[in-house]
Amino acid sequence: MNAFQQFFFDLSEEHPRWNFIFFYDPVQTERVLSGLWMTIQLSVVCVILSVLIGLVGAWLQGAHSRLVRAVVQGYIQFFRNTPPLIQLLFFYFALGQFTPTYSPDGWLEVPIISNVGWAIISLSFFAGAFNVEIFRAGIEAVPESTREAAESLGMNRLQAFIYVVFPLAFRVSLPALNNNLVNLVKTTTQALAIAVPELLYQMVSIYNDYSTAQNACMVVLFVVYIGLVGILVTGMNAWERAARVPGYGQ
Amino acid sequence: MPANSWTPDQPIVAIHDLHKSFGALEVLKGVSLEVMKGEVICIIGPSGSGKSTLIRCINALNPVDSGSILVEGQEVNDPAVDKLALRKKVGMVFQQYNLFPHKTALQNVMMAPLKVLKQPRGEVEKRARALLTRVNLEGKEDSYPGELSGGQQQRVAIARSLAMNPDVMLFDEVTAALDPETVKEVLVAIKDLAQSGMTCILVTHEMGFAREVADHIYFTDRGVIVEHGPPATFFTESSDPRTREFLSQIL
Ligand SMILES: Nc1ncnc2c1ncn2[C@@H]1O[C@H](COP(=O)(O)OP(=O)(O)O)[C@@H](O)[C@H]1O
Ligand SMILES: [Mg+2]
Repeated sequence: MNAFQQFFFDLSEEHPRWNFIFFYDPVQTERVLSGLWMTIQLSVVCVILSVLIGLVGAWLQGAHSRLVRAVVQGYIQFFRNTPPLIQLLFFYFALGQFTPTYSPDGWLEVPIISNVGWAIISLSFFAGAFNVEIFRAGIEAVPESTREAAESLGMNRLQAFIYVVFPLAFRVSLPALNNNLVNLVKTTTQALAIAVPELLYQMVSIYNDYSTAQNACMVVLFVVYIGLVGILVTGMNAWERAARVPGYGQ
Repeated sequence: MPANSWTPDQPIVAIHDLHKSFGALEVLKGVSLEVMKGEVICIIGPSGSGKSTLIRCINALNPVDSGSILVEGQEVNDPAVDKLALRKKVGMVFQQYNLFPHKTALQNVMMAPLKVLKQPRGEVEKRARALLTRVNLEGKEDSYPGELSGGQQQRVAIARSLAMNPDVMLFDEVTAALDPETVKEVLVAIKDLAQSGMTCILVTHEMGFAREVADHIYFTDRGVIVEHGPPATFFTESSDPRTREFLSQIL
């Protein structure tokens, strides 16, 4: 045992309520790290997918077809007005029944979408619904006359959107997007309910096995989420600053 | 008239019996006018008489109800109109400049040639810099619109439009939002353009300027062209009472 491990081992001997077991027991360390890694992957993938869903949804909301707009609106209402935990359970247990399975070893039947897969799908659509609204508000803030100027220069609707409307809308949307992505990162903990081995899942398993580790697990959970959200917010703020244009906005 | 039969001796813009309503409000009630290549025409008239609507119809920003607009022989009043082909021929400058606020002056000018015409960057940049110099904005290439005065922004807008190499330029009260000190610098840029042979259709309240640069002046009121003529006779010999009243107010 090195000095660091020794310190936490001694601490747990002296104060049994503060058993930071994962700081001296390599097996538990491994569980925490794998949980953290899963949380990071889940967060990054869901952030990216939810932003893409937001973009596509906001674009489709400007479509000519009333049907397309109604479908997008229905999607938003469904995901915004129901709890994400129920969405996760629904995707995994209800939809999961109908997805095809395959058999890698000839014995076990494995569904092609794993619980991690369902968590990604469900959480991305959940946060994506808010992102559609956030981007749409940004798009509505871009004056019609600016879009017309782009059109009068020969741009079609897509070009005007990509080069003019969206870059301006995005700047307006950034603060609200920032909030929603923070929420998304925190909501990834609910994947616990479908046994995705992310950080909360691992921590709960650890203190189920070692009840003296409960307080320590809580502390580490708070610290890790403060850190993760801190990184996200710092990144978003840097982006906001980099996107700031002299004489535009505040 | 098929598009390819147009020759430069025919009107470059020919509008015939144009009607346009917004809901129940009929804004254009049968407007006809013709512009020859290289001509500068000014449209004047009271606010709300349909001047903006008329020139917005020319580049298909407003769909029309009936009548015909031919630009180099291409019919604009056609649901299947090739808007890109039309807008390559017709440039437009707006009262509120409508620059892209997230792009520098140079990037504003370069955007359409790069993204729409897909021309090579080096060539586009060279032309864009030359255009900015032409409108007296040397040194402002890297400024954002928010860092420029109204007059400077409007000149960037003119350069941006010219970067597409249009054959006809539309100007909709482009000095109306400007401080009096900066009006002149924009008028100078337009005059330079007009004298270089660009076909220009201008909506303006600057009568002195209209008198100086226009080949022909049209007076509109309540959706019709009341009277028109070359400036020499228009300002002194106009006969319609509506024209006389408008001129007495504005001159
Ligand atoms: N998009 C629109 N929708 C409804 N009414 C409009 C629209 N654009 C212009 N109008 C109306 O059409 C009339 C003519 O407007 P406009 O062409 O802007 O006049 P001008 O440029 O001569 O001042 C005005 O009464 C105006 O309110
Ligand atoms: Mg007007």
